[in-house]
Amino acid sequence: MSETNTFRRVCLGLLAPAVVLCLSSCGGIQNAVNPAGPLAGKLSQLWWLMFVVCSIVFVLVMIAVLMSLRRRTGDSPDEIPPMVEPPLEEERRRRNVVISAVSITIVILFVFLIVSYSSGRAVSANRPDKVGLVIELTGHQWWWEVRYSDVDASNIFTTANEIHIPVGVPVTFSLRGGDVIHSFWVPNLAGKKDLIPGKINTLWLQADKPGVYRGQCAEYCGLQHAKMALWVIAEPQEQFNAWRQNATQSSIPPSTDSQKRGQQVFFSTTCVMCHAINGTAAGSNIGPNLTHVGSRHMIAAATLENTRDHMAQWIRDSQTFKPGNKMPQNNLSDADLQALVDYLQSLK
Amino acid sequence: MFKRIFFCALLCLFVGSCKREQRQFTTPPATFKSYDVTMSDIRPGVGGLPQPVQNPSDQRAYDTSEGKRLFSQYNCSGCHFNGGGGIGPPLMDEKWIYGDRPENIYSTIVEGRPNGMPSFRQKIPDAQVQQLVAYVRSMSGQLPKDVAPTRNDTMNARRSEQRTERKSPQQTTAPPQ
Amino acid sequence: MSSEEIEKRDEPRPKKVSRVEMEEEDLAAVMERERGELERTWARPRGLRGWFTDTDHKTVAMRYIITAFIFFILGGIEAALMRIQLSRPENHFLNPDRYNQIFTVHGTTMMFLFAVPIMTAMGIYLVPLMVGARDVAFPRLNLYGYFVYLIGGVLLYAGFFLNTGPDAGWFAYVPLSGPAYSPGKRVDIWAQMITFTEISALVGAIVVIGTAFKMRAPGMSLHRLPLFVWAQVVTSFMIIFAMPAVMLASSFLASDRLIDTHFFNPAEGGDAILYQHLFWFFGHPEVYIIFIPALGFISPIVVTFARRKIFGYVAMVLSLTTTAFLGFGLWVHHMFATPIPQMGQSFFTAASMMISIPSGVQIFCWIATLWGSKLNIKTPLLFVLGFFAIFIIGGLTGVMLASVPLDLQIHDTFFVVAHLHYVLIGGAVFPLFGAFYYWFPKWTGRLLSEWAGRLNFWLMFIGFNLVFFPMHQLGLNGMPRRVYTYLPETGWGTLNLIASIGAFILASGVLVFIINAFWAYRAGVVAGDNPWGADSLEWSTSSPPPNYNFHNLPVVQGRYPIWQATADAPVVRGLSTTKRETLVTSVLDAQPELRFDIPGPSIWPALVAVATGVSFVIGIFTPWAFLAGAILAGITLTGWFFADPNYENKVARETGKRSQGVSPQPELQPKQV
Repeated sequence: MSETNTFRRVCLGLLAPAVVLCLSSCGGIQNAVNPAGPLAGKLSQLWWLMFVVCSIVFVLVMIAVLMSLRRRTGDSPDEIPPMVEPPLEEERRRRNVVISAVSITIVILFVFLIVSYSSGRAVSANRPDKVGLVIELTGHQWWWEVRYSDVDASNIFTTANEIHIPVGVPVTFSLRGGDVIHSFWVPNLAGKKDLIPGKINTLWLQADKPGVYRGQCAEYCGLQHAKMALWVIAEPQEQFNAWRQNATQSSIPPSTDSQKRGQQVFFSTTCVMCHAINGTAAGSNIGPNLTHVGSRHMIAAATLENTRDHMAQWIRDSQTFKPGNKMPQNNLSDADLQALVDYLQSLK
Repeated sequence: MFKRIFFCALLCLFVGSCKREQRQFTTPPATFKSYDVTMSDIRPGVGGLPQPVQNPSDQRAYDTSEGKRLFSQYNCSGCHFNGGGGIGPPLMDEKWIYGDRPENIYSTIVEGRPNGMPSFRQKIPDAQVQQLVAYVRSMSGQLPKDVAPTRNDTMNARRSEQRTERKSPQQTTAPPQ
Repeated sequence: MSSEEIEKRDEPRPKKVSRVEMEEEDLAAVMERERGELERTWARPRGLRGWFTDTDHKTVAMRYIITAFIFFILGGIEAALMRIQLSRPENHFLNPDRYNQIFTVHGTTMMFLFAVPIMTAMGIYLVPLMVGARDVAFPRLNLYGYFVYLIGGVLLYAGFFLNTGPDAGWFAYVPLSGPAYSPGKRVDIWAQMITFTEISALVGAIVVIGTAFKMRAPGMSLHRLPLFVWAQVVTSFMIIFAMPAVMLASSFLASDRLIDTHFFNPAEGGDAILYQHLFWFFGHPEVYIIFIPALGFISPIVVTFARRKIFGYVAMVLSLTTTAFLGFGLWVHHMFATPIPQMGQSFFTAASMMISIPSGVQIFCWIATLWGSKLNIKTPLLFVLGFFAIFIIGGLTGVMLASVPLDLQIHDTFFVVAHLHYVLIGGAVFPLFGAFYYWFPKWTGRLLSEWAGRLNFWLMFIGFNLVFFPMHQLGLNGMPRRVYTYLPETGWGTLNLIASIGAFILASGVLVFIINAFWAYRAGVVAGDNPWGADSLEWSTSSPPPNYNFHNLPVVQGRYPIWQATADAPVVRGLSTTKRETLVTSVLDAQPELRFDIPGPSIWPALVAVATGVSFVIGIFTPWAFLAGAILAGITLTGWFFADPNYENKVARETGKRSQGVSPQPELQPKQV
């Protein structure tokens, strides 16, 4: 193959992916470079700065490498005498070039360090002015327990896998590990923090525009690590207040016959062993709290859309969707299952 | 020849360790139905004791560990504590009131027993009952050491099941305190 | 002291071992006789006995290399399985239980069973040849290291095929890997395998340091040490300081699991983060333990093909040592998402960024070496050029990961997967393949096919970038690492499919290499002693080298021994040809100090390895195994030290000829040695 062709191929091979990267990194509800809050915004700026500088460095070094290859020969080594003492003048010139290249590297790294430190301060959790809403988040294998804390005890409530936050207000998360280490990461809003048993980690974030942002556990936590996700729903303050008002209420009592039968099914089968429904006798906190499960958008840790069909399939055969998760399979009759789904869906 | 020996050794290993590491996620149909409690060896009519039933969970480390989790999450520990007993009878000693066989313990959980043990029929699926049964037996060292659970990540009130020495079960009629 | 001064001090040395004048025909006859004696003295046991007793460093190293390469292929197959599973969303090719085992075993294999051993093995093969020694410093210990490594590897794969493969990730964070959340024996197998590879790595490090420091040919003062050997020495010191940390981590984990200790149980005063500190205090240097030897492959290849001296030798050596020191100061950048004060994090950011300076220095020096040289680009150099392209990307993404705030976004995502493969495959595997092409003729006497080599390179280069470049994007798009599947709505499907296709191109590149190696071994072009016109001592002996490496140990006259050798270059005379004897020289200036008997073939290392194996493998099931193992090891070590002191006579007996009248000619003895 001809040498110039090789070079062209190398250049193309290196440039093409870089272009693809530039073009395809926008959009998405789980995307670090599509920021929706001040923190992720800062991080995204930092990313683009580093990306551009590093790309330039890479291209320059590659040009240098390719230039150093411009003298080619097909000769066997014996025909070229080895040069153990190259001309001093030339060596000195090269030394100067290498020293300047190293100096530039050091300067770039220093700039990176300072920028990184100042961004780090901005996103640091220890900011007393940034305490707004406080949410306690506990990671379990493989779902998220969300507890809204408040000075007024009647406003404290627990939900799961779906976090509502008001737009424009800093939200502090107090992160605890329920069993193994998990990591809370909503890329559009902020960087990740680990949930570690025996420790409390804090993170604050803020959403600037309303929307749904998907987060996922980022620290390997066992069989269903892949499907341990959550939604953060940012909504205007009034909407959030309304949601919160509803969330602090006890569950809606069943009204239709089918719902009443569903409640009975809930209490007479395995459901009641793990799940709580506030306002009823079901009070176990092993699985997600179902007090307002009908109002959630997703079930199974943000894996399945919350429809009647999905819920029925999930209750009957959760192990097919998420093998190894802690919810057992249930042999309910069709009628019982439909009644149960009726009841659960009515818990708005 | 060395290769042959090596493969034979490997084969032996295969046979030995298959069950221990199994993780069964989809629930097979229940192997235990309801069993009568055998309080004595004397039986009416012909025929001896019912055939003992093997609990598949007895051989799987994952199942005993799940059993341990459920034991505390389903609040078995509320009465039996960490096996030492209190409100309910102790489970880590050699005395058994309603039988020590897996099927006996299964029935105890599913049917409940007089003087306080509630029935968990329908409340706990069969597969989980089997896991609990395996765990309960591991508390008195009835399971192989490599299957019984090790310590938990909380305060440990006693030696782990793996390090509990095996007790030979005895029938007792003493009523629970 | 400037290098010129050292140079001056070196001048008078060769006279101590000056060549003895004698008649031409006498010389030829003496040489012939000596060669025969050396052949007999250094004869290697053959057949089944050879499998367990052969201590020759070339044999042991070649076994290491082949074993490690088999593990590389196994790890590659696991990688391919993972790529099939991830090629489309909600794929059901593997269930999560199997997938978790596969990615754990893949990572463990590549780090512990492939990368570290194969790098040490290259050193064990080449360091004695490069410094002009007859064998390594502790050949029996070296053999022991290999057996321990083999037992560890077989243990992991026996477990894996028995559904007992570890499934807690290659760094096995507690509490997930602890007793409460990893029932069964899966993680125990991982922890004990770590112990085996630690022992073998430590043994390899000691052997390399001993050889490089005390067994160099006269004249090879430290400032003339080949950069390859420098890299090996630096790596070996890193191993000695890094391995104890992971030994603690894995032993604590094993005892938590087996005997109810509470090192990592927060409820009883333990700490889950302690494990991470211990592991990464080893884990980060580990990356450099893999990467620095690869730097050692690049320097000789660049020098050989540029046909000029390396630019900035001192800067290169300082860079290597700086990397080694800094490498221990940045482990916390793996843990930025844990609660660590910002000031502390900043320190580790600075250290992590600083470590790219020495790497930069080396890359600039190589470019300066290549600059303006007339190049005949052959496959080894092609792989080095591939290294430049890939490793620099990996290094730059490394700088991004060093920044705390940015790390919080891309840590534990596919971005990190891309980064670590760019650094490890680009930084270590590409140079390694270059080294295979470069040293294969020395190992076998035959050249690998150049045509297949180019095909191999381009398949690997294109395949590699196809697999791993899209992963940067996947990471930014929110794909966490170690997921067995993903939902279609995430939109990660296309890039994952591209990556999966790339994986098979990469694999086909490796396949081409394997075919090439098999073909060349039987039918390749005969290479001759020095096919590349290279400068270092290993090329001055025959290909493949004789058992005793050099007929007369060389005396080194410069940094580039072959290029700088004068016509009347002196050699070392007076070493016994009927005993396994080599020359021990001083650490700094390589002045001859004493003649030293090197131990020969022995069964004891294999038996001690079995004792080690028994205690750790059975130790998975019962702590009593350690008592039994200690007794067994005591017995076998006693045998090693005391039962066979007279190995040289034994060697002579083996060859059917007791030594008689073959002591070195008195007039050939150097006066002072």
